[in-house]
Amino acid sequence: MNELLIKITFALIVVVVLMTLCAYSVLAERKVSSWIQGRVGPNRTTLPLIGSIPVIGPMLTRLGIFQPAADGLKFLFKEDVIPGHVNKFYYVLAPIISLVPALTTVTVVPFGHFIDTATGDAIPLVLADINVGILFLFAVSSLGVYSIVLAGWAANSKYPFLGGIRASAQMISYELAMGLSVLPVFMWVNKPGMEGTLSLYDVVLAQEGLWFAMWMPVSALIFLVSIFAETNRLPFDMAEAETELVGGFHTEYSSFKFGLFFVGEYAHMVIGGAVMTLLFLGGWHPLPFLPWEITGIWGAVVSVLTFLGKSLFFMFLFIWVRWTLPRFRYDQVMRLGWQFMLPLSIANLIAYAIIIYFLDT
Amino acid sequence: MAIVLKRKPLNFLEKLYLPQIVAGLSTTFKRMLAPKETMEYPEERPPIPKGYRGVPTLVKDPEGREKCVSCQLCEFVCPPKAIRIIPGEIQDEEHANVEKAPKEFDIDMLRCIYCGMCEEVCPEEAIWLQNQYSMSGYSREEMVNNKEKLYELGGTLPDQHFKWKKKKEAEEAGNAH
Repeated sequence: MNELLIKITFALIVVVVLMTLCAYSVLAERKVSSWIQGRVGPNRTTLPLIGSIPVIGPMLTRLGIFQPAADGLKFLFKEDVIPGHVNKFYYVLAPIISLVPALTTVTVVPFGHFIDTATGDAIPLVLADINVGILFLFAVSSLGVYSIVLAGWAANSKYPFLGGIRASAQMISYELAMGLSVLPVFMWVNKPGMEGTLSLYDVVLAQEGLWFAMWMPVSALIFLVSIFAETNRLPFDMAEAETELVGGFHTEYSSFKFGLFFVGEYAHMVIGGAVMTLLFLGGWHPLPFLPWEITGIWGAVVSVLTFLGKSLFFMFLFIWVRWTLPRFRYDQVMRLGWQFMLPLSIANLIAYAIIIYFLDT
Repeated sequence: MAIVLKRKPLNFLEKLYLPQIVAGLSTTFKRMLAPKETMEYPEERPPIPKGYRGVPTLVKDPEGREKCVSCQLCEFVCPPKAIRIIPGEIQDEEHANVEKAPKEFDIDMLRCIYCGMCEEVCPEEAIWLQNQYSMSGYSREEMVNNKEKLYELGGTLPDQHFKWKKKKEAEEAGNAH
């Protein structure tokens, strides 16, 4: 009973942190994009009490710290229009399916490391340290494509339909390259004679020395590009392509349902960045070749902060790339996915299979 | 004759596309740290050039005398008929020789087209289009500037002639005209 309570509190904290991260990613998106374009960004929203503290209040207001609250409330209070021509059941289901996998995948993402000072036992800070971690993650996160397909189809209108088709084709094609690109990592983690594991925690433990990004750069690159494609970020934002498809798959959505899509998309980005950090950038290890020595509660805090910092860098990268690269044409996306990424990841897999064979024997 | 541009074949790095992405990223990063272009409007205002035709206003001379003598030339010249003047007598002794001043002077800013003809036609240099450029209000009545509002907006402008003062002095010295 007590353990259950702890688990529930833990889960609540994680969800709250994830949602906060999503909200502030939206703010970061707006701020960074405006900085890159030479603008100032949201700097007017303020709260009555905190906003009137001298020095700090105006500074926070200028940074737009209170903007996410206003954005969220706007989504809540806008009129929720359900057009007459939609298939109501699937129309309502789609935004839910968009958010649920994103929140489910966070259960297997370890975000820190607690070493008991007295006993020296290492406890991963994760909601569920299941042995099939990466498989679970891939399986659940690829359910997200259903939300886009359903939204595109249920909206029963041409732009969402095109957006849905494009998105599903794109997400399915890049999932192959993504899956193949992480195989070398797990080949190395599952050394012969060791107990087999697909847990993300063990992947991080295997990166105490070299990070995988350093000796598997091609894998890391393919994975990163696939994450961009999977989260529908520019230059792969075929699903939305607002200059071509109005809003893409969420054209017919308004108010809170649109907000759910929005949050789901950013949650996917946060998770994507986190998984990239875990698989290739050493998780919570602050520097390569620096064995983890800090024990106790402070060690746990430092590990969580390191991990968050790295994940947030990827959030920044997502935004940064968005304002740097133009959108690919649909055929270019497909050509890149099938003719370059897939063969490259297969070649990469074979090459590392041979390298790992010689390293292990 | 058609010009054929020979393009160099791309080398391996260029085909890889990655160095170009990195170059692009560094460009956008530099732009991010560069000074911002935005002018934060209500707090910051753009510099107004000389001779700008803003909202028409009435001005007083440095002695505080209202310059308008309600000749109504501006009322007649105004293309959209935005100006309405009711002339009145001058009450105070000192400027009695001016004879007239506007009793009421309304400029309807919903009609005004900022052409500046009133300023051009005014023989007394009493009406000026100054650098105020944003007028807003909640009702049509609010958008009509009355005399007080016009003097408030106009303020005082330097005067080079003091025409009426000189006239009065000349008259007192015995040589009118």
